[in-house]
Amino acid sequence: MSKIEITAPMPGVFYTKSSPDSEVYKKPGDPVRKDDIICLIEVMKTYNQIVSEHVGTFVSYEVENEELVMVGQVLAIIEVD
Amino acid sequence: MIMKIKSILIANRGEIAVRIIRAAKSLGLKTVQVYSDADADSMAVKMADEAINIGSPMASKSYLNINLLVETAKRAKVDAIHPGYGFLSENADFADATREAGIIFIGPRGATIRKLGDKVAARQLAKEAGVPTVPGSDGRLEDLDEAIKVAKDIGYPLMVKALAGGGGKGIRIVNNEEELKTMYSVAFNEAKAIFGDGGLYIEKYIQKARHIEVQILGDGENFIHCYERECSIQRRRQKIWEEAPAIGIPEDVLDKMHKSSVELIKKVSYRGAGTVEYVYDNDTQEFYFIETNTRIQVEHPVTGMITGIDLVAEMIKIAGGMPLEIKQEDVKVKGHAIECRINAEDTTKNFMPCPGKIEKLSIPEGAGIRFDTFIYEGYTIPMYYDSLIGKLIVLGDNREDALKRLREVLRNISIEGIETTIPLHAQLAENEDVIKGSVDTQFLMKMLDSKD
Repeated sequence: MSKIEITAPMPGVFYTKSSPDSEVYKKPGDPVRKDDIICLIEVMKTYNQIVSEHVGTFVSYEVENEELVMVGQVLAIIEVD
Repeated sequence: MIMKIKSILIANRGEIAVRIIRAAKSLGLKTVQVYSDADADSMAVKMADEAINIGSPMASKSYLNINLLVETAKRAKVDAIHPGYGFLSENADFADATREAGIIFIGPRGATIRKLGDKVAARQLAKEAGVPTVPGSDGRLEDLDEAIKVAKDIGYPLMVKALAGGGGKGIRIVNNEEELKTMYSVAFNEAKAIFGDGGLYIEKYIQKARHIEVQILGDGENFIHCYERECSIQRRRQKIWEEAPAIGIPEDVLDKMHKSSVELIKKVSYRGAGTVEYVYDNDTQEFYFIETNTRIQVEHPVTGMITGIDLVAEMIKIAGGMPLEIKQEDVKVKGHAIECRINAEDTTKNFMPCPGKIEKLSIPEGAGIRFDTFIYEGYTIPMYYDSLIGKLIVLGDNREDALKRLREVLRNISIEGIETTIPLHAQLAENEDVIKGSVDTQFLMKMLDSKD
């Protein structure tokens, strides 16, 4: 078991859900498959889906919804086998 | 006539705010620039006579906040608001709210914006004005029999579209009656499953479609066109490169297109600058109305370059109650202009936006070169707004000359610190199909796909 950090590939506004009324993409304990959407980053009017490159279990978001993030900042943590 | 506008509030940002301030200054008007917290260092703020902070970097809370903007304009005691493009520029409620506050909206009346913004109403209006519209079923089809009947009239190939679809979804191309028969129920069931409504309509499919648009000006009584623009080079429906005049379209077809546009705006007693957009079928040389944009457009400078008309200044004068002084016979085309939209995007990473600090900036200067921008050395491009950072426009004696000048400028232009789309423009300027003028709205996507 090891923890993997998902980091921001671009700066922007961080979102944990697809729209204000939606459910969050992942809750602690949720299974994570490869290419699952973890969060969104909005930059210059484009929404970029941040997907997982690993299989594992979702641990936590490390940033609040709608907060600004910088390149390389840790967005979420997942646990892989 | 006395010009009723002495001061203007610019309810926009970026390069168009700078452009509006320049035009207002040329008319001797006072300028008030609003800015969000992310735009405090912007060029428009530095240039305007007065600047007012309107808070949040989030556009929904600042540049898109109707009440806030109207209240700010009231407090600043300006005579008029210029909405620019994007944001609230085609929002009829904003035009009405501005007017109700006793402030002039630089653009058409709210009712005109509303009417031309409604796809069905605009298509109907175009028909009444004798403007060709895309042949089709004019709404929902009853059943397959009706589809076959309509298809006989418009001919194949055609598109079967879901009424509830949009943005390119729920569209099928049908090449003959046999295909239509087999496709119809499939398309119906699919539309029902995806959109909850099985309603279908059909429209002529144009294989080699080009986007041609006509610039118009009206003061409510006098209406003119300022010729056309070619905007076929697009990526994901976003224009990347525009030219004026259009390339290789017969004189009589263009003439008909210009006249159609004037007839259409006459119908609504149009006031201001606007654009009538058409899809042009390169194979049949027919054109069809798509929509009208009731604002200044990003690509307006190519028209300004070939006609010498300052469209932004004209729309301000019209809004100020001045009659349109330019007569149709005064509008003359001289030369050929090309505009490149330079975006802060990384062309090697699928056009990923690249906000950041401009470390170095070097723009070639000279006759026939224009760079409309808001960036300067040391400026940090905010991440909250559009990726357009500048428009490079060149004017040549003819198209060949314009392309030659453009290649030269693109070799020498330098924007350091961020990635931009300049490499794409340099590639386009050397592309054989672009040089031949053999492009359609699918061209750029095909070119980009073939590289992957």
